[in-house]
Amino acid sequence: MIYQKTVRVLYIDMQAKKIRIVEREDLKQYIGGVGVASILLEENMRPELPPLDPAQPIVFAIGGLSTIYPVITKTVAMFISPLTGELGESYAGGRMALTMFSAGFDAIVIYNKAVKPTILSISANDVNFRDAEPLWGTGKDNVGQVVRAFEHKHSGKRSTIRIGPGGENQVAYACVTVDRYRHFGRLGLGAVFGSKYLKAISIAGGRDIPIRNFQSYFKTYREIFERCTKSDVMAKYHDTGTPINVEPLNEAGALPTLNMRQNRFEHADKVSGEAFSQDCLVRKLSCSGCPVGCIHLGQFRREFAAHGHEYETITVGYDYELIFALGTFLGLSDPKEILELIEEVELAGLDAMSAGVVLGWATEALEKGLVTNEDTIVPLVFGSYKEYCAAVHYIVSGENEFYKNLGRGVKYASEVYGGQSFAMHVSGNEMAGYHTGYGSLVGAAVGARHSHLCNGGYSVDQGMKDGNIDPDKIADALLAEEVERCMLNSLVICLFARKVYDRGTILSAFAAIGENMTDDDLTAAARRIFATKLRIKKALGFRLRSVKLPKRFFETPSMHGQLDEATAYEIMAKYQEKITALESAVKG
Amino acid sequence: MAKVLRTGNMSKCIGCFSCVLVCAAFNRKSHSIQKSCIKIRTYGGVSGKLVETVCHACREPACAAACPSNALTLRKGGGVTLEKDQCIGCRRCQSACIINAVNFDEDLNEPIICHHCGLCVRYCPHECLSVVEVND
Repeated sequence: MIYQKTVRVLYIDMQAKKIRIVEREDLKQYIGGVGVASILLEENMRPELPPLDPAQPIVFAIGGLSTIYPVITKTVAMFISPLTGELGESYAGGRMALTMFSAGFDAIVIYNKAVKPTILSISANDVNFRDAEPLWGTGKDNVGQVVRAFEHKHSGKRSTIRIGPGGENQVAYACVTVDRYRHFGRLGLGAVFGSKYLKAISIAGGRDIPIRNFQSYFKTYREIFERCTKSDVMAKYHDTGTPINVEPLNEAGALPTLNMRQNRFEHADKVSGEAFSQDCLVRKLSCSGCPVGCIHLGQFRREFAAHGHEYETITVGYDYELIFALGTFLGLSDPKEILELIEEVELAGLDAMSAGVVLGWATEALEKGLVTNEDTIVPLVFGSYKEYCAAVHYIVSGENEFYKNLGRGVKYASEVYGGQSFAMHVSGNEMAGYHTGYGSLVGAAVGARHSHLCNGGYSVDQGMKDGNIDPDKIADALLAEEVERCMLNSLVICLFARKVYDRGTILSAFAAIGENMTDDDLTAAARRIFATKLRIKKALGFRLRSVKLPKRFFETPSMHGQLDEATAYEIMAKYQEKITALESAVKG
Repeated sequence: MAKVLRTGNMSKCIGCFSCVLVCAAFNRKSHSIQKSCIKIRTYGGVSGKLVETVCHACREPACAAACPSNALTLRKGGGVTLEKDQCIGCRRCQSACIINAVNFDEDLNEPIICHHCGLCVRYCPHECLSVVEVND
């Protein structure tokens, strides 16, 4: 894509073990990333078939500035979500974008099901379908070890993308792990891998990409690099990391706690970013091409024998969302116990946020007598991490009917057993750790993938004064941000750097490599991408007016006090009116 | 006094690859990490150690001794300089270096020789690398 008029797409047929490469000039107008991936999903998806049908595609894409500028490190994955049945979209860092870039593929489309478990080994001049039979049923670490052995010649230039048993067993919120510590976490891409017998992908780069205009490129690179490292724009992500959010959200009354019965956690100080830094933090890492280093790794030791002081030491990545979902939401107040639960979820290969929210609902459902001790096998009680660790295993193994149902997500489980009012999801996707107000709640409902990252609704709430609720303004703010993020995600900028990459910086970065884009081009692309996503959602049967929000969102006060149900639906209706107008404008 | 690169603080490395990317960009005018003089890789996966491979500026470099055409001449302070017109692309320098610090440019058919410019040091956010002054 860089320096080219075309987007280079690699299509992989898992069943036939054949590939084809297509240079697509028509895709250039979508910039890259989510723009290109949306079109490829739309072209290849089969709305009439279930999400895990072998015919359904997995699409990966990077953007036109990936790797060559700091913090443009993400890859987007698009698929049909087995959790929500509609648009699946997820982002991961690590080395994947760098390796796709150096292997020379802007996008990859994977379809059909392999005859047996497979590792796809992709490089600039080869795609190999390797036997993964011995690895099926084993942990993700084994995969890394095996890939490192057969790709040893690509040491330092490869990325390993794999699933754990959760994905193999097609748990609806199974994740895909990239280079040990990064994930395509949300919406169940892991299950889609599992449904194709795709255990892992290794990608290795190797192409030479000569710089066309060194002076202008390096000048722009240097300016952006300095803003990332010397200004305070990125400092919070490097320093304490995202867990810095625990205390302010708790103080504001926006921290979902005990299955969101509460908006504050009495032990928030014990699980704050500072507490994790003091007690557990041992190391930070970066995605390739990012000088910031936001990946925070904590460590705990575990005694594995009753006598003889036998310990193992385990290092695990942590972030705000994990502390919320597997900590405050479940009433865990010891960072070491939270890390241990994170590790269980990591080994299982599940999305941490969905897993925590599902377990929160299960705990309350047991307490209320909707399910029995026989169903849960272990007594799930808020604050009891050992039982939660066991429950994670049961979800993955589908130990009984109850755990099989939990493996389909909290919406599904609550439809079977009741307790829908406290099943904390939005349109089937388990909630994020922000009960900040209408912005976060409606933002997730209207967001293309029902994620807090679709439009950053929590940020709309944080900028709003109490008692000053204007549904029209909230709908406007959510829509503007959702559309703008379509553009940012077409470059696949890490959204932590969204303040570095303002429009001016993006245009200069393009100009420095000889692509003369205008502000209007970016706006037009953003709208085109947004319209594509809306078409996909419509084809998959999504209707905003059918979204029903669980009652607890309106019972537990948010940062802005108790939310009014009618107002939330009013904002959604306003949003619907605005997107209808936007769609006609794009068509026109 | 000549300047040479020194490593030794790699436990601070976050694996950002900034050193690799700027070296390839500045010295080889390429976006490809293959072209960099310095390599960063993991030892035992991402959860293991990060290790660097870069020229150690030997005073009596094996790469130069192995070169049949005297294309590698001794650099002040240690290491070598490549005389491109003398190089025949035999790769003996590459196999002579026991720390594998000589990369090879397949497109230009010549070794990629670090000249200790220190750019990697400037772009390292964690002072994993340094430039020190040594006697000529």
